[in-house]
Amino acid sequence: MDMNEIKEIFFQECEEQLAELESGLLKLNDGDRDPETVNAVFRAVHSIKGGAGAFGLDDLVSFAHVFETTLDCVRSNRLEPNQDVLKVMLKSADVLADLTNAARDGGSVDEARSRQLIKELEALANGELPQAAAAEPVAKPAPVAAPAPAPAPAPVVNEEGFQPVAFSFDEFEANEPPAVEPSTFEILFRPKSELYAKGNDATLLLRDLSRLGEMSILCDMDELPALGSMNPEAAYFAWKISLKTDKGEDAIRSVFEFAEWDCELEVTLAGDPANAGEELPMQPVPFDLSLLDEEAPATAGASEDEEQAVAQREARDEALSAAATASKVLQMAQTARASAESAKSATPVSAAQAAAQQAASAATPTIRVDLDRVDRLINLVGELVINQAMLSQSVIENDTNGTSSINMGLEELQQLTREIQDSVMAIRAQPVKPVFQRMSRIVREIADMTGKSVRLVTEGENTEVDKTVIDKLAEPLTHMIRNAVDHGLETPEKRVAAGKNPEGTVRLTAKHRSGRIVIELADDGAGINREKVRQKAIDNDLIAADANLSDEEIDNLIFHAGFSTADKISDISGRGVGMDVVKRSIQALGGRINISSKPGQGSVFTMSLPLTLAVLDGMVVTVANQTLVVPLTAIVETLQPEASAIHSFGASQRLISIRNSFCPLVDVGRILNFRAIQANPVEGVALLVESEGGGQRALMVDAIQGQRQVVIKSLEANYTHVPGIAAATILGDGRVALILDVDAIVAASRGHSLKPEMSLAAAG
Amino acid sequence: MTYVAKNLTTSGRELIAFRAGGQEFCVNVMSVREIRGWTPATAMPHAPSYMLGVINLRGAVLPIIDFSARLGMKPAEPTVRHVIIVAQVKSQVVGLLVDAVSDILTVSDGDIQPTPDIASDFERSFARGVLAIEGRMICLVELDQVCPQEEREAA
Repeated sequence: MDMNEIKEIFFQECEEQLAELESGLLKLNDGDRDPETVNAVFRAVHSIKGGAGAFGLDDLVSFAHVFETTLDCVRSNRLEPNQDVLKVMLKSADVLADLTNAARDGGSVDEARSRQLIKELEALANGELPQAAAAEPVAKPAPVAAPAPAPAPAPVVNEEGFQPVAFSFDEFEANEPPAVEPSTFEILFRPKSELYAKGNDATLLLRDLSRLGEMSILCDMDELPALGSMNPEAAYFAWKISLKTDKGEDAIRSVFEFAEWDCELEVTLAGDPANAGEELPMQPVPFDLSLLDEEAPATAGASEDEEQAVAQREARDEALSAAATASKVLQMAQTARASAESAKSATPVSAAQAAAQQAASAATPTIRVDLDRVDRLINLVGELVINQAMLSQSVIENDTNGTSSINMGLEELQQLTREIQDSVMAIRAQPVKPVFQRMSRIVREIADMTGKSVRLVTEGENTEVDKTVIDKLAEPLTHMIRNAVDHGLETPEKRVAAGKNPEGTVRLTAKHRSGRIVIELADDGAGINREKVRQKAIDNDLIAADANLSDEEIDNLIFHAGFSTADKISDISGRGVGMDVVKRSIQALGGRINISSKPGQGSVFTMSLPLTLAVLDGMVVTVANQTLVVPLTAIVETLQPEASAIHSFGASQRLISIRNSFCPLVDVGRILNFRAIQANPVEGVALLVESEGGGQRALMVDAIQGQRQVVIKSLEANYTHVPGIAAATILGDGRVALILDVDAIVAASRGHSLKPEMSLAAAG
Repeated sequence: MTYVAKNLTTSGRELIAFRAGGQEFCVNVMSVREIRGWTPATAMPHAPSYMLGVINLRGAVLPIIDFSARLGMKPAEPTVRHVIIVAQVKSQVVGLLVDAVSDILTVSDGDIQPTPDIASDFERSFARGVLAIEGRMICLVELDQVCPQEEREAA
């Protein structure tokens, strides 16, 4: 693994930490005062700082450090996390995300903004608590990656404030600050298995600790299970340490700085009555301090310049002592097991607690997998499904008695492949949470810019969708959220005048509905101003001045491309900016979007999207002996044309009348050049489709075979783009079927030619 | 089967020879992925006549080119006896419909004669050279020129 890969992993982790940070801050914002939430937030920033230090990302480290300092004030209840404080922190989280992205992609950051926030964070830490700021100077943070020297004990701060004092490192090393009265600490150190998983070594920590002063250690082996049920990667030992030191509690804690989250650590002053009552019913085993001595294992190799006899004797001694240690360990294990058993029967509560703890730590074991590998697996499973279908078909064709064991086996195979396919698809599924979280940032920014007060409520953020859908969801959602805040919500004054809460609410909801994901964006703003939208449409020649449109039709006008010219319509209080772009990107995802708006009460945008992009709902049709697939999202309805409904229009055009309006008929076989003459519409089926631009067409096909989900295969990979064809798929019989590009077909029927752009290299 | 093993030097290369439209051709073995039987293809709209359509190659969409029609000869009428040579051309994989695969030849560069000085640019652009083996003439084919290429549109 090279440096870049390690760095990439760090950035991936950063992303998770940033998400954790933001969700934690939002929880706090909602009034959650759980210390664990504060800890999680602190931990996130701390981990980013640690990693960034290791990679020398100084900007990131210094910002994270200031942020961490302020968070520490919250953690230690020295700073109340009220709305104002959290506002600064949420902005800081945004800047931290920017800095991380900049460090990853080499982009630039708004430095003025980060400087401003550093100031605000420092002010928070200082304003409430000058002592903390002095104890931990924030101006010049040290990169944490270097093994941090134990910080000097907090100097006594005078009333006037912080006085910088020059000091050199030599002084620091040689001349320890005047000692506090030596006192004895009781330390309980119980590592979790994560500690070892991260490459930390408990004995090294104990050794560091022993350097602080006079120390005695007891090893607690209560947790040690029977040898057979021992998990080699688990942590079973705990240590009870009694340390007499003049360095103070901070120095002790700093020894465990990097292990803090991976162990239980209790540091108490000896003689503290709170501690005395808590004496654990363990059978402590004396711990040999010399084992901590790093020179100890070297004795065996030190015989080189000694006399042979000495070496031999030493070797023998060592063998003996090794045997003795072994038997001692065995003995210890036995006593430990006995005591563990007695402890279990005596205190069932603690066992339950331990179990609960274990359950908590095993909550979400995950692995990181390269997306390419998953894609490959999905492709292979797709092929398996097709092959299985082909096999079934040929067996059914050749099977005369119908009850053979082959048939039974095939059915089971079919079930298995279906299950494998579902499970593999589920690998790519991820909660929409990250996108929703990004939206809260957009809301904050837009609210700041427009001077509006907005609350974003998200629901169903754990609804799962395919990763590719999630990735492509961010852009249209950003647009829509911007619109909702900018155009949808009124200013606080107007809201108060209308008898509403001055704070506007934007509600983002995700849920599963019949094999699709439905995302709703609702605001409690003024709703669409239909008069203005209508006037705008008339001005842009989109509709006739006397057109009689329903409210819904007017609302849908905002999706029209004519509404996207930004400067002209920025004064429209309704919606419009870029909504055509939104609609197009939703459609590109195979989705649909609807609006419902109530004047004075707000608007709701509803998006319905497929759960994955690899699969499409299609209608399988026959055209001129070819099997084609028409995406179901494009089809409004299907109908059997009657002769009386077909009207000729000029030389070659034909129209079909549907509920008193005329819709052009398009023969798919003719437009794709599969046949020379138009088919008789009465013999076929018409699919009423709606294209991107909103235009309706009746596509004539010969017959409908049925609806089914198809796996999308690229045509471009080995061939070229084919006008009128969106992609290909493979049917159950193993043959390739083409998926129709409805928009291109409709455009072609409008006179844009479907001329093949493809050119197979013509000679010369 | 004729196996020409003369001059198996460092510059020796293996070619796969096949028949199409009554003539013999060969391509570098390194660009051939597999050889398979003919299966009916799905027609492509607006495709040139030599483009027979696409078939399913273990989940991938494989375009099939009628090799003799591509070279301007009489189109093949595919039967189950015809074979498809699946070839890798740059990043694309295409299938060439030919009458039959005949030989695997090992030749040295010296065995390849330059394309004869013929009038037609058309044939010249497909041929990288000719081989004379036991009285037969085998045309070494430049696959790049046979297969679909999108970037050629502008040219």
